[in-house]
Amino acid sequence: MGRKLLFENVQVEGIRGYDVYRREGGYRSVEKALGEMTPDQVTDEVKKSGLRGRGGAGFPTGMKWSFIAKPEGVPRHLVCNADESEPGTFKDRYLMEFLPHLLIEGLIVSSYALGSHVTYIYVRGEYSWVIDILETAIGEAKANGWLGNNILDKGFDLEIYVHRGAGAYICGEETALLESLEGKRGLPRIKPPFPAVKGVWDRPTVVNNVETLAAVVPIILIGGEEYSKIGVGKSTGTKLISACGNINKPGVYEIDMTISVEDFVYSDEYCGGIPKGKKMKACIPGGSSVPILPANLLLKTAKGEKRLMNYESLSDGGFVKGSMLGSGGFIVLDEDQCVVKHTLTLARFYHHESCGQCSPCREGTGWMEKILRNIDTGKGKMSDIDLLWDIQRRIEGNTICPLGDAAAWPVAAAIRHFRDEFEWHVLNPEESQKRNYGLAHYADPLEPAVAAV
Amino acid sequence: MAEEKKLFKVTIDNITVEVEPGTTILNAARRIGGDVAPPAMCYYTTLKGSGGKCRTCLVEVAAGSTADPRPMPKLVASCRTNVMDGMVVKNVTSEKALDARKGIVEFLLINHPLDCPICDQAGECSLQDLSYEHGTEGTRYTFNRRVFEKHDIGPYIQLHMTRCILCYRCVYVADQLTNRREHGILDRGDHSEIATYIHKALENDFIGNVIDVCPVGALTDKTFRFKNRVWFLKPLDAHRDCPRCSGKVTLWNRGEEVFRVTARKDQWGEVKDFICNECRFEKKKTADWVIEGPTRIDRHSVISGNHYVDTVAPKETLPEVMGGRKPKLLMDINQVSEVNRKDIDLSGIQGPAHSVDFEKENS
Ligand SMILES: Cc1cc2nc3c(=O)[nH]c(=O)nc-3n(C[C@H](O)[C@H](O)[C@H](O)COP(=O)(O)O)c2cc1C
Ligand code: SF4
Ligand code: SF4
Ligand code: FES
Repeated sequence: MGRKLLFENVQVEGIRGYDVYRREGGYRSVEKALGEMTPDQVTDEVKKSGLRGRGGAGFPTGMKWSFIAKPEGVPRHLVCNADESEPGTFKDRYLMEFLPHLLIEGLIVSSYALGSHVTYIYVRGEYSWVIDILETAIGEAKANGWLGNNILDKGFDLEIYVHRGAGAYICGEETALLESLEGKRGLPRIKPPFPAVKGVWDRPTVVNNVETLAAVVPIILIGGEEYSKIGVGKSTGTKLISACGNINKPGVYEIDMTISVEDFVYSDEYCGGIPKGKKMKACIPGGSSVPILPANLLLKTAKGEKRLMNYESLSDGGFVKGSMLGSGGFIVLDEDQCVVKHTLTLARFYHHESCGQCSPCREGTGWMEKILRNIDTGKGKMSDIDLLWDIQRRIEGNTICPLGDAAAWPVAAAIRHFRDEFEWHVLNPEESQKRNYGLAHYADPLEPAVAAV
Repeated sequence: MAEEKKLFKVTIDNITVEVEPGTTILNAARRIGGDVAPPAMCYYTTLKGSGGKCRTCLVEVAAGSTADPRPMPKLVASCRTNVMDGMVVKNVTSEKALDARKGIVEFLLINHPLDCPICDQAGECSLQDLSYEHGTEGTRYTFNRRVFEKHDIGPYIQLHMTRCILCYRCVYVADQLTNRREHGILDRGDHSEIATYIHKALENDFIGNVIDVCPVGALTDKTFRFKNRVWFLKPLDAHRDCPRCSGKVTLWNRGEEVFRVTARKDQWGEVKDFICNECRFEKKKTADWVIEGPTRIDRHSVISGNHYVDTVAPKETLPEVMGGRKPKLLMDINQVSEVNRKDIDLSGIQGPAHSVDFEKENS
């Protein structure tokens, strides 16, 4: 069984409340950081830990913190990104719901490192009950002297405010989030300047994911070096995976990043296999934006090695033969699922969520949805498949924010790996309305890779 | 000792210019002129924060700077990217940029009504120019196009949202030029729309400028709607003493009659001196104005097609872009077409050319 750093005490009864959380050793990292360490030492520990952002892009957190500008007399802010709207991702919700104090503890230590005296948690509005939980926890923390002025008599002041979003996926993109926090329309900003220089109200700002900031707690407690020994390569520490789709045990799992994808899907400790003895057809391993993979390429890399649940292994093979760990939203599709319909669902989502600022994403996402709807309902043409490819190609990389890429990748990957299924839909318009293409060859063993000559 | 300003050297499409630090790639390219300047549908020099949205100005950066000569991984919006010393940029010499631009034109057109025959902007429309230069002749879009209701915003301006390309320029005008902003964007994505606060009339001294900044026919002058084609009018520089604005305008006349008044646009189609509503909408007599003379018009504009005096030919950059090599002539139009006959000097014909003009000598 893998080591648990975040969820060690999640099953303890009453851990949501302050008293139990404190009794189980909560807030020790604040005592340690504020009592024994300078802010720079905290940042150094985080650097040493090799922690990478858990929001999707996997950017090294310590490095991000060290980029924050420190102009004289200008306040700095830490903003916790709890917008979590990526389809398939629900790990932050679980963490905030059951361990609100763990997040607050992480926020205090991180704010101390960054010199933020006013820190915000931007929560997606749909998590209304989570907002209540967080506000209760903040009240408790404040009543017990962990927030407010002169915390632990160390001269550090901090207030944490919860800000609720209004239901837009795009407000998870960090600069749109900052606009929204300022009370404006959630439109991504054009970078540069980056938030580390000009963030919220033009002040230097760091935006980090909930899980990233919670992970700072164990890093401070066990030390960055110890933390970096867990996992492999550049995938250090533990990662929360929200598993869903056609599996026996959907839920949020804390894994250390050395287990194989196969173990994760089939072992009883995690997903527990596919219900009713069905076969896995495909999987999106890191939230809706990352490329979908057929079962055979998911379990083994193109080189024939076992694929592991970590940053490097999941992206092995690039976008042609690999995917990404992303935000850890693990979606499994069994043999009865239709990849065309599934791609349509995602396209509809990105079309709906595009902020509409830049033309490729605004126009292209809607166009892709319409074409996919035609194919799905048996009205597609062969040329539509190439047209889809051309549209996604011209969105990708040409937009202001990564939502354009996120809309393009799922379509590209579906066509790349499941072209047969798209063609079958076009060639069998009537049959495709009655039955699924099925498993086809998508779980067949891969041909051994031929060494390049 | 006066500190000497160090200039940055930047090479765009094989042509090198020196510009001040802080200059954008787009402005450096405009310094060179001609085809080297990328098309810009949303950027507007005088409007703070504009640009970066339409993505037509994307260019390839082949080398970031002398200090860090790595190429940039993605195409960048030239209107919002500053030059660095030693930067090497490819615009018309980059296949990647041209391909992306073709895509952008297609995206901008799929939901556009293409009602140019009844649109007042036709002839001075940036989207027409862009499609002509970078688009394809056919469309691959087979679905219904997006439509919106027309709205009057105040007594002078009509908003025809169906034509809008969401460049946000009018929003910046309303925000930066007028004292009360009641004009913005509602909703999100491809259903976002320019709107006023609950269909309010926009009564602001400078709101008329949204018409001039609008690159398409989404915002039009109600005092001019359907009155005339812009290429049948003669633009004249004129001025008057105005207590509110500079009073420097362009009159669009036919004979003595003033059909419309606009602010003066530079060669990139941008207004430098915004004008007030009174000058624009209420001074429609030639006697209200002191005429300075004909406006200089780019030769490529259809407005000059009517043998307008004082036209300027745009700068020809092709030989320079090709490093001195002569462009290869793939097709001599005179060999394949009867229309552009060498022996007929079209600009020598008074008035529009008719079929008889071509039949005359062709026997
Ligand atoms: C369209 C879009 C939506 C995003 N949504 C989220 C989100 O819901 N939660 C999140 O933590 N990061 C989200 N991100 C990533 C953030 O922009 C940012 O990279 C992240 O919050 C940085 O935190 P990290 O370094 O801790 O991962 C999103 C990015 C994009 C482009
Ligand atoms: S890529 Fe899409 S979501 Fe991002 S800024 Fe452009 S239109 Fe908005
Ligand atoms: S109405 Fe015109 S100026 Fe305003 S956003 Fe649309 S195209 Fe741009
Ligand atoms: S002009 Fe640069 S993106 Fe529109």
